[in-house]
Amino acid sequence: MSVHEQFAEDLSLYALGTLQGEERAALERHLHQCAGCRQELELLRGDMALFALSTSGPRPPARARQRLMDAVTRERRRAGIGGRKPWWALVPSFAAATMAAVAVFFWLQSSRLQRDLATLEKRSAQQRTELQREREIVATLTATDAMTVTLVAAKTPPQPQGKIMYVKDRASLIFLASNMPMPPSQKAYELWLIPMKGAPMPAGMFKPDAHGSAMVINPPLPAGMDAKAFAITIEPETGSPTPTMPIVMMGSGA
Amino acid sequence: MPGAEVKQARNDLALVSAIRSGDETAMGELYDRYSGIIYAVALRVLGDTGTAEDVLQEVFMQLWRNARLFDASRGNLAPWLAVIARNRAIDMLRKRRPESDLEEVVISVEPDLAGDAERAVVMAKVRSVLGGMAAAQRMALEMAYFEGLSHSEIAAKTGEALGTIKTRIRTGLLALRKAFEK
Repeated sequence: MSVHEQFAEDLSLYALGTLQGEERAALERHLHQCAGCRQELELLRGDMALFALSTSGPRPPARARQRLMDAVTRERRRAGIGGRKPWWALVPSFAAATMAAVAVFFWLQSSRLQRDLATLEKRSAQQRTELQREREIVATLTATDAMTVTLVAAKTPPQPQGKIMYVKDRASLIFLASNMPMPPSQKAYELWLIPMKGAPMPAGMFKPDAHGSAMVINPPLPAGMDAKAFAITIEPETGSPTPTMPIVMMGSGA
Repeated sequence: MPGAEVKQARNDLALVSAIRSGDETAMGELYDRYSGIIYAVALRVLGDTGTAEDVLQEVFMQLWRNARLFDASRGNLAPWLAVIARNRAIDMLRKRRPESDLEEVVISVEPDLAGDAERAVVMAKVRSVLGGMAAAQRMALEMAYFEGLSHSEIAAKTGEALGTIKTRIRTGLLALRKAFEK
């Protein structure tokens, strides 16, 4: 390793602490990259230490030693420095540190739980709102005192009519009927789901009320069943495993 | 005597290690060993006993607080303390904040300065080298070292070229080193 000649003189001034400005900045940049010049700087500081020995003079006054030792004692007491403490003297510090760590842990846990709680409360409020809305819809649909009106073309006599809302993935079905004539004694209407493949599946029994209105809500059906059409037959009140002809009403989805 | 040198060096290291553990008596021993050099350098720079005592106090308090920063593999204790004392005294003389970072002060020096006898020998040799220098060179070196003057300030005072001052300072320090090369 060698010293770069262009920096040799500046290195001496730098070691003495008298190099300033751009010259100093340039040298410091160079020192970061040059091990040879760093080693020369260490040697120059050694030369400076030798130069210090050209001085001699009186010994420092005795009070200077006492002043130092007093300061050391004060600082030691304040900082609690000392490697000769018995192990049990460290117990309070250890306990305090442990408690601090535990406190931080619980504080972090608490913050996380509070965030989770806030999220859950928000979600819960949304669900309450949705549930309330759905309840209102169902209450209107199922209310015995609800006025049910079927609008048809003017001067057309009222016709039996059925409406089905079916969501296959949830196996949810709502059937509303109006102007239905009363079935014969000991008979009832049976709603049928006619799948894309296979035999018709029973989808609930019903009898109309005095106004000819009827409803079937969520009869037991398997989820995911594709419906080609829905049909209504008249069956014994106990229901039938297969539809009995004739079909009195039928409709397919749009 | 090589055996004595090794023993002394180990003692310095052991004392610094004890200081790291908060041992006040170790601090007292190091003070007794090196306060003379530190005080002499500070007094030469500052010319005032009160301020020199402040530097003495400050250097040892730095050692007490930052003993971990002293790395024996990067230079022995006496030159480390001497350079820190000189730098701090110059900072006080020029009324500026301490500039040198203790961690950055890495020193490489040939002669052993740990024992009183060794230091006395080195001191005599340093004085002899300085006595043999041209007066202009010794003066430039002393102005830079004990007064903390920059090469520009020295050039302005002496009326000499900047380059000449730079060269004198460098060759002066190298002459000291050369005298101790084996």
